[in-house]
Amino acid sequence: MSRYSAFSLLRGALTGHRHWQPAWRDPEPKSHYDIIIIGGGGHGLATAYYLAKVHGLKNIAVLEKGWIGGGNTGRNTTIVRSNYRLEPLHNLFEFGLKLWHGLSDELNYNVMFSPRGAMFLGHSDADMVKLAERGDAMRCDGIDADLLTRDQVAKLEPLLDMSRDARFPIQGGLIQRRGGTARHDAVAWGYARGADSLGVDIIQKCEVTGFVRDGDAVVGVETTRGRIGAGRVGICVAGHSGHVAGLAGLKLPVESQTLQAMVTEGVKPMINSVIMSQSLHCYISQSDKGGVVFGGDPDNWPSYAQRGHPMVMEGAVAQGLALVPALSRLRMVRTWSGVTDMSFDGAPIIGETPVRNLFLNGGWCYGGFKATPASGWTYAHTLATGKPHDLNAPFSLDRFERGATIDETGSGPMPNSR
Amino acid sequence: MMQFTCPHCGPRAQSEFIYERTVDSVVPLDAPSQEAMAKLFTRSNPRGVDDEIWRHTYGCRAWMILTRHRVTNEISGCRAIGPEALP
Ligand SMILES: Cc1cc2nc3c(=O)[nH]c(=O)nc-3n(C[C@H](O)[C@H](O)[C@H](O)COP(=O)(O)OP(=O)(O)OC[C@H]3O[C@@H](n4cnc5c(N)ncnc54)[C@H](O)[C@@H]3O)c2cc1C
Ligand SMILES: [Zn+2]
Repeated sequence: MSRYSAFSLLRGALTGHRHWQPAWRDPEPKSHYDIIIIGGGGHGLATAYYLAKVHGLKNIAVLEKGWIGGGNTGRNTTIVRSNYRLEPLHNLFEFGLKLWHGLSDELNYNVMFSPRGAMFLGHSDADMVKLAERGDAMRCDGIDADLLTRDQVAKLEPLLDMSRDARFPIQGGLIQRRGGTARHDAVAWGYARGADSLGVDIIQKCEVTGFVRDGDAVVGVETTRGRIGAGRVGICVAGHSGHVAGLAGLKLPVESQTLQAMVTEGVKPMINSVIMSQSLHCYISQSDKGGVVFGGDPDNWPSYAQRGHPMVMEGAVAQGLALVPALSRLRMVRTWSGVTDMSFDGAPIIGETPVRNLFLNGGWCYGGFKATPASGWTYAHTLATGKPHDLNAPFSLDRFERGATIDETGSGPMPNSR
Repeated sequence: MMQFTCPHCGPRAQSEFIYERTVDSVVPLDAPSQEAMAKLFTRSNPRGVDDEIWRHTYGCRAWMILTRHRVTNEISGCRAIGPEALP
């Protein structure tokens, strides 16, 4: 793999940029791999990368039914933060956030991570108490969080409607300054290039359609490109977790729902941080191209359609306009959606399954992009050793039957906790 | 938006309805704890047709069972239910 650098760019400029090589190979599947990862999103590719890089494994394949990064990785609003209230959650996401801060260097690929600050708004006294409590919980574990007054919020985001009779009055906020956004595609491509250079086979247009069993163990997968043997198999298919696990006879604590996002035409900088409101459900940021990206609640019923309903979009837009009235002057240029695997406590599931040699990484709901490095790192540990990593141990699949759910919002067994 | 045909009110916009859960995840009152756990916390979540319980919340407020395809959104049936229809 040739390294990307200012020097190579300059050299290319002198030779008509004819030096560029494909960033990863397009290999034919082998008949057997030590580890097969199903799903070439950011999580699957990061897992493969760390399996090769940290654990020195060589014989690994990532099987992707479409093209890499074409799932939720390429559809998400790219908010990266670790400001969760519960310890297992903020520890996992904080581990990821630390990796984000060095990711472009690690991968020699610009993932455009932009720690511009991720801010939750508080709309009432009760909100402010909740935000303060969350900030305290984070700071106890060494994670940055600052409670903001109303004036500080207004200074950071002058376009917010701060008037007293606003539809959603703003009393203050909680900011994590190390949070921000990143370039979604670059994360998939950077990990893919890194993994490929370490010998991982990335096989696209290869859908897993079944599992090959030997007694209680999985020993391979059936795919649209033939049968492939495997020592261990790791599911990493986001919204399709329920479907793929179902091929192995498993029923997961997951329901698939559609989540939409949208972007306006590009304008000069108008949103400085990532503005989020959890009392509503709305998150707004501005991409480096200038488009204002925002999203809201999922379409709150089961769906694999990858196509959202305007009714839900309207709700998100109404909230966005109420918070930042200037948005009403912008044209919305694109809307899209992805299938998210909503878990029954809102937290991810990473670890072994009841089927021997079959592992699961899913249930990321609508918050898994930020976890890509941490998810890959800890899942690689689990796939390499067959054991949980300290950080993913609390997220085992059997936590539901053990009554050990990680229910950040206290919403109970529902697939739509926030 | 989808259009549902409420067995009581006829064709209505989906925005009048709220999704509850799938039929197979209703917990019978006398379910042993293993079964109750499975019904509460797991779903077959098929990439295809399933029977779903919806409520005409902003209409007649009755519950009904909707048979819907989760990729195409095709609705192949909507029938009324009462307590006796639940498992
Ligand atoms: C609209 C939207 C906004 C979001 N916003 C945020 C955000 O701001 N911040 C955040 O942290 N998270 C966000 N998320 C969530 C985040 O995108 C996901 O949690 C994350 O991308 C999941 O990563 P992944 O690699 O597991 O999934 P994906 O990128 O979806 O990868 C899974 C891959 O598996 C493949 N696959 C499926 N079935 C098979 C099969 N049978 N065989 C082979 N391959 C298969 C799919 O084609 C897909 O490419 C958002 C999600 C959506 C939809
Ligand atoms: Zn009705």
